[in-house]
Amino acid sequence: MPFSKNQMDPDPPEDSPSNSTNSEGANAPQSPFPDEVLEKVLSFIDSHKDRSSVSLVRKDWYNAERWTRAKLFIGNCYAVSPEIVARRFPRIKSVILKGKPRFSDFNMLPRDWGANVHSWLVVFAKVYPFLEELRLKRMFVTDESLELLAKSFPGFKALSLLSCDGFSGNGLKAIVSHCRNLTELDIQDCVTEDFAGDWLSSFPENFASLEILNFASLNSEVSFDDLERLVSQCKSLRVLKVNESITLDLLQRLLMHASQLTELGTGSFSQELTPRQYEEIERAFSNCKNLQVLSGLWEASSLYLPLIYGACAGLTFLNLSDVALQSGEFAKLLAYCPNLRRLWVTDTVEDKGLEAVGSTCPLLEELRVFPADPYDRDQRDGVTEVGFLAVSRGCRKLHYVLYFCRRMTNAAVVTIVRNCPNFTHFRLCIMNPREPDYLTNGPMDEGFGAVAKTCTKLKRLSISGLLTDLTFEYIGKYAKNLETLSVAFAGSSDRGMQYVLEGCPKLRKLEIRDCPFGNAALLSGRGKYEMMRSLWMSSCAVTIKGCRLLAKEKPGLNVEVISEEENDESQADKVYVYRSVAGPRRDAPPFVITF
Amino acid sequence: MSVPQEHDYIGLSEENKASDKILSSEIETKNVLNLKETELRLGLPGSESPERKSGNGVSLFWKDEGNNGFSQSPLKNFVSGAKRDFSDAIKGSGKWALSINGGSEGDLEKNDGLFSPRGYKGNNTLPEKEIPPVKPVEEKKIESGNNTPANKAQVVGWPPIRSFRKNTLATNSPKNSDVTAKSGSRCLYVKVSMDGAPYLRKIDLKTYRSYMELSSALEKMFSCFTIGQYGEGFAGKERLSESHIMDLLHGSEYVLTYEDKDGDWMLVGDVPWEMFTDSCKRLRIMKGSDAIGLAPRTMQKCKSQK
Repeated sequence: MPFSKNQMDPDPPEDSPSNSTNSEGANAPQSPFPDEVLEKVLSFIDSHKDRSSVSLVRKDWYNAERWTRAKLFIGNCYAVSPEIVARRFPRIKSVILKGKPRFSDFNMLPRDWGANVHSWLVVFAKVYPFLEELRLKRMFVTDESLELLAKSFPGFKALSLLSCDGFSGNGLKAIVSHCRNLTELDIQDCVTEDFAGDWLSSFPENFASLEILNFASLNSEVSFDDLERLVSQCKSLRVLKVNESITLDLLQRLLMHASQLTELGTGSFSQELTPRQYEEIERAFSNCKNLQVLSGLWEASSLYLPLIYGACAGLTFLNLSDVALQSGEFAKLLAYCPNLRRLWVTDTVEDKGLEAVGSTCPLLEELRVFPADPYDRDQRDGVTEVGFLAVSRGCRKLHYVLYFCRRMTNAAVVTIVRNCPNFTHFRLCIMNPREPDYLTNGPMDEGFGAVAKTCTKLKRLSISGLLTDLTFEYIGKYAKNLETLSVAFAGSSDRGMQYVLEGCPKLRKLEIRDCPFGNAALLSGRGKYEMMRSLWMSSCAVTIKGCRLLAKEKPGLNVEVISEEENDESQADKVYVYRSVAGPRRDAPPFVITF
Repeated sequence: MSVPQEHDYIGLSEENKASDKILSSEIETKNVLNLKETELRLGLPGSESPERKSGNGVSLFWKDEGNNGFSQSPLKNFVSGAKRDFSDAIKGSGKWALSINGGSEGDLEKNDGLFSPRGYKGNNTLPEKEIPPVKPVEEKKIESGNNTPANKAQVVGWPPIRSFRKNTLATNSPKNSDVTAKSGSRCLYVKVSMDGAPYLRKIDLKTYRSYMELSSALEKMFSCFTIGQYGEGFAGKERLSESHIMDLLHGSEYVLTYEDKDGDWMLVGDVPWEMFTDSCKRLRIMKGSDAIGLAPRTMQKCKSQK
């Protein structure tokens, strides 16, 4: 759906739904439906993309849509302003808001770059008193904001913070003590410093409505008594993910109260257990007959893994990315998980472990292999093309892969996508930058070319290894459904980037680092960036001048630069380009140049 | 300072004469590339490798005074003494050369030339001057931005792993082999590195029952070194007093340190043996003068341990 200014028309007609037909003027055709019917029909449409399409049909549809939209999805918090949103959509109950560019996950942005949720909450507090859900990704969230949230929305139910930072236990305390109807508190991958654990004890005495509780990534000790009381009172609890401070014996007690769980994140899995304790824990796991998702398992060794065997029959998602399993114990565990669709592991399982995946998981759709020790370059262990091949042979339904390895070959990749042509997400990270095909010593162009050519449904691609412009030529030529492309240490010239900009019609997000693409490449996309969510380029050959030019030509784009120096000829270290109807942001910190 | 002749034992000096071609576009064989880029890092794990100066080939010794200024003589001994031992291994695949240098890839990224502005096929589409070097200032951001142990020099944000995830497994327990019995016996393989050594060793801590046994085993393994002095300090004692440690530090060339569960580098010998094996993730034989700063801190840590 091409982006159009109408999407966020700041001044929609003031009409209420029932008057919309009059605003069309004498020559406009009458709507075949009364507005009530139109609104009723539209209320069944959930997807924000569909709703955007609906709003473009005609003015009365635009109005009916805006009055009936209850869920707001904002993929880039700076693409629009809270005021514009509030004016267009009067009845919002649920908001998804995303902030920083993805590379901020890897410490490529200073902490105070922006994406502070506060200004949004101030507006929401005024305009959406019935707000129930807030899901934030890569936003900066202070305790003050959480307190405002807690006090402004009496019916608030669900808070989800993914990859956020800026808050402490005090903010959570405010949420749990004020939100009487809270059903979901989901904190994932958040960067938090010294975090007091007493927030959990701030749940009111008889609190019983929680359905989802995830505090796995918060590194604080919580009061176990309060946690146990909470779990035993919340009979509808279906998702519980605790942090490492909860040991096995304590987990057992929690499971006694919550055998109905569908998703469990265990705490620390390494403890000296008596045989009796062992049996009790084993039984507690076996009682969890509804488990579909399992994660955590910190420090689990082969000694204690068998404890979970009884809970694995119905597992569809097994997340072992927090534990360093060896191939033997991993294979044994897999034998108990016949229904796996999604599997996350660390590369300590090695190729041998992945061979076990290939032979025991025929239903597998998603595989993510994380490096146990990404910076240890002495290490020659981990997984290679052998493991990936083995999985592709046995798991023909595989369509999502994230694979960190230290060596790869074109031949292997070609075979892999021949075995699994249905990839929608292919993210291959050969960890040494510019690593060639280790058999031919040549670039990995043909491998990734095969991915682009064979996987016609490909939506997301991350490339790595030694790559020339040819890779990009392939991508531009074949990857017609590509929406997200991540590039690092690749390409030979501006042509590389140009191939992609010219060739991929559905491209929405392009993130590039350490590539020899300069101003010519950047400017060649001038007609494209408004159809995309964003472009990121860091440590490339773009200069301040190029960014300034782009910004001047395209007022509908925000061009932001972080750079050591500010003169025209100096390198633009980090460039972030995104479409916006809100104009250049006013909260940019001093080190961000906004044109 | 001219490059000492010791380089030849690795068999690399011939290739390295063409050191100006380090950043060349032709990647003839992976072997050659790797050998060219290899430099032994002899500093503390936390030190940043200096920018590679053009004209350097393989050098065993840092020319850059920024490094901890150890003398060359013990290393010379090591080099010549060990010549016979591992020269065979060296003659094998060039890939070995990569493993010498924990930081070689890190160095590669920081250098402008590795941008490969000249295409792989030799198309020189971008003059090198347009590409400024990736600035070392990015390294500093590593410290402020994330929690990885400072002892890994690396490219910022690469590999693309989220910060919180980096921590969980970097300090994870060392590899355990598969266990069948429930008796709790495990193998505790830990890596042992030594300043100046071109490769690491792995030992099973469970096969030793005391610091003395460990010390003498390491002494045999890295036989050129004078760990003996340190090992003698353990005779009849499980623990050492702080002053005793300081005596040893001032006396010996090398000191045995270990990385514990929290990622901190500690002096070996402070805690009871069992506590040590429980928390030790890897060992490092450090140059004595570098380890002085460790002693007071380890005493504090010992007090705070459960």
